[in-house]
Amino acid sequence: MKNGTTNILIVGVGGQGVLLASEILCEVAKIMGLDAKKSEVHGMSQRGGVVTSHIRFGKKVYSPLIPEKEADSILAFEIAEGLRWIDELKEGGTMIANSQRIVPPIVSTGKFDYPAEIEKRIKEKVPGAKIVNAFAIAKNLGNTRLVNTILLGVLSQSIDLEEKKWLEVIERMAPKNTGEINKKAFLEGRQQ
Amino acid sequence: MEMLLSGNEAIARGVYEYGGEFTSAYPGTPSTEILQTIARFFKDDVYAEWAINEKCALENTVGASYGGARSVAVMKHVGVNVAADPLMTLSYTGVGAGLILVSADDPSLHSSQNEQDNRCYGKFASIPVLEPSDSQEAKDFIENAFEISEKFDTPVLFRITTRISHSKGLVKIGERKTVEHDGFERNPKKYVMVPAHAAKRHEIIIERLENLKKFAEETPLNRIEWGDKKVGIITGSVAYQYAREAMPDASILKLGFGYPLPMKKIEEFASEVDRLFVVEELEPFYEEQILAAGIEVEGKKFFSNFLELNVTRVRNGFIEAGVLDGKPVKIENKQLLPRPPVLCAGCPHRGLMVALKKLKVYTTGDIGCYTLGALPPLEQIDTCLCMGASIGHAFGIEKAGKTEKKAVALLGDSTFLHSGITALASTVYNKGTTTTVIADNNITAMTGGQDHPGTSRTLMGEETHAIDLVQLCNALGVEHVRVVDPYDLEETTNVLKEEIDRDATSVVITNRPCMLFPRKIKDKPYTVNLELCTACGACFRVGCPAISGSEKKNDKGKPKSEIDPAMCTGCTICVQVCPVDAIVELEQE
Repeated sequence: MKNGTTNILIVGVGGQGVLLASEILCEVAKIMGLDAKKSEVHGMSQRGGVVTSHIRFGKKVYSPLIPEKEADSILAFEIAEGLRWIDELKEGGTMIANSQRIVPPIVSTGKFDYPAEIEKRIKEKVPGAKIVNAFAIAKNLGNTRLVNTILLGVLSQSIDLEEKKWLEVIERMAPKNTGEINKKAFLEGRQQ
Repeated sequence: MEMLLSGNEAIARGVYEYGGEFTSAYPGTPSTEILQTIARFFKDDVYAEWAINEKCALENTVGASYGGARSVAVMKHVGVNVAADPLMTLSYTGVGAGLILVSADDPSLHSSQNEQDNRCYGKFASIPVLEPSDSQEAKDFIENAFEISEKFDTPVLFRITTRISHSKGLVKIGERKTVEHDGFERNPKKYVMVPAHAAKRHEIIIERLENLKKFAEETPLNRIEWGDKKVGIITGSVAYQYAREAMPDASILKLGFGYPLPMKKIEEFASEVDRLFVVEELEPFYEEQILAAGIEVEGKKFFSNFLELNVTRVRNGFIEAGVLDGKPVKIENKQLLPRPPVLCAGCPHRGLMVALKKLKVYTTGDIGCYTLGALPPLEQIDTCLCMGASIGHAFGIEKAGKTEKKAVALLGDSTFLHSGITALASTVYNKGTTTTVIADNNITAMTGGQDHPGTSRTLMGEETHAIDLVQLCNALGVEHVRVVDPYDLEETTNVLKEEIDRDATSVVITNRPCMLFPRKIKDKPYTVNLELCTACGACFRVGCPAISGSEKKNDKGKPKSEIDPAMCTGCTICVQVCPVDAIVELEQE
């Protein structure tokens, strides 16, 4: 909370719904009466590349990007991406990672290996890291696209805003006809 | 009311609120969403169109401005190079109603072939440059830009960067205001740039620049935030945000009006502070002008002239300069596992790449999704320079006569229409025998699926004429134009071979639409019969994201393949390369 700004870094792989999750977080900041900025890069990243979204809120936010090693929370939609970005977390920050693995095609050509023992390496760096199988929860709820709302639910535990307000924002921002199931997914995540 | 808007959305909003009537653009990251937002939300009040290229976009915009409409042309930084011809002389004619040229620069090359700094065009063309530093200013400055354009009879360069375009912030929203202007009026001395008229106009331009310098001194777009006077910082655009956060106590001269500079204001500011710094991204644009004015200033020594800045890089610079306590934070390269962008599962360009690879030719490439074919495992694109360059590259390599392997030019439909037509005509005229492949997926795909003059739809959603590429190529004098199905590897390879071997200019056009835009295409998925799969790796080498190594190995420990049924679109390229027929249609329950 340097200078009263909260910094949340969401990381994942193109197509996982990182952008919608970050939109929802900004709306949440807005109804908390705070200034908010978010930044991500569109373009090449849509084709299976790494996606990062910086969300910052507080009394007055200047840079749209989080300075290095100053993330209060990292929300990793994919486990290897969690490990890639973990050093951006400030000391004592909250690390949340989805245990799902998304293996890029380049691995099957034999030129690179998907990293081993990722969960262990994350726990070594951040012993309190929370690793959640959001993919399995989403599958149970009948739609694997719910991963993002489940993870937002997990993150919501560390943000001071009542549940009702979160649900209002999710209802408003979720894609057409998915409000109810997204709220359910959020609540599942919030209990993890 | 406040809305959370990206810089691009805020500019669109600004164009609407401040009486914009005509907008034209060619899509290009990071600028694309500006016109999409106008077409989606404001099309009842503001006309929006995709032009065939940026030169056309600017010329159309100039016409609309001459004709009395507040007008905006939008493009990415390299697009301004294409539009530079009209731009340089537009400076001489000036405008009718207010005219803004939005240039979206891309420091860090997130999605571009270079990171040129288009503020330099402001100086080059002697036109004012406005540089918003966040979404709110992106909206507000549109009003200033229209007013400056009309007051000084000049186009205004509205320079943003990826970080402004694609960051979101809260923006106060207002109502639309309009300004009345008359239509076009004959005025040859202003609008007809023959040498006699243009020479006179050049004098006027020089006088205009002097007036703009005076304006720069007074405008609130340039403001001083006094703080501690040990350090003074001159900065603009998003670099202002980084500097403000890195040095919360320092004095800052924030430039919203980035050219011409308010040199008196800078001199006064400099005289009040112990040490003066410039924090700006890319070129030392302010720094060199300030130094040339005889004012002592430090900048690029501490803040690099390549890639984007950020708070950490700015802090590190000030620590190195000895005016900020602390240790520099090392910026780490996040190497762990590469995730290069890849052609989508089912992309019609994949079959084409596989066929070209088989024929062992050089492929001169262009700007579009197919450039991804340069990366492993396809590695089939050998040049990429600018829009439309592929055709000239292949022609030049042939004429140079020193390369044994044939070179084939490859470009997409939108890129061909943008600036390939003239190159192909030139090839025919000069008796080139190269083959040009037009990967026609009937959309501008890389930027997110925009229409163009070959798709039969306008940006405003109307039906329109679609250019017939075969007829067009015939009309240019290409006698041998073949259309192939890129999902049929054998046919594609054979036709390509015939045309490459031919001793005349030829064109091969592929005919499958993009599988993402305008709508997702998904056919029956395929699966791997693990009994038959020998783990030879042939299907891995087509670089499809739906195919990966499975847990099952062959006796040498190599992984057999598996296909993600959710991603597979059923294009069958992998089926056609599998030597043991192990890839079969998935039986669905």
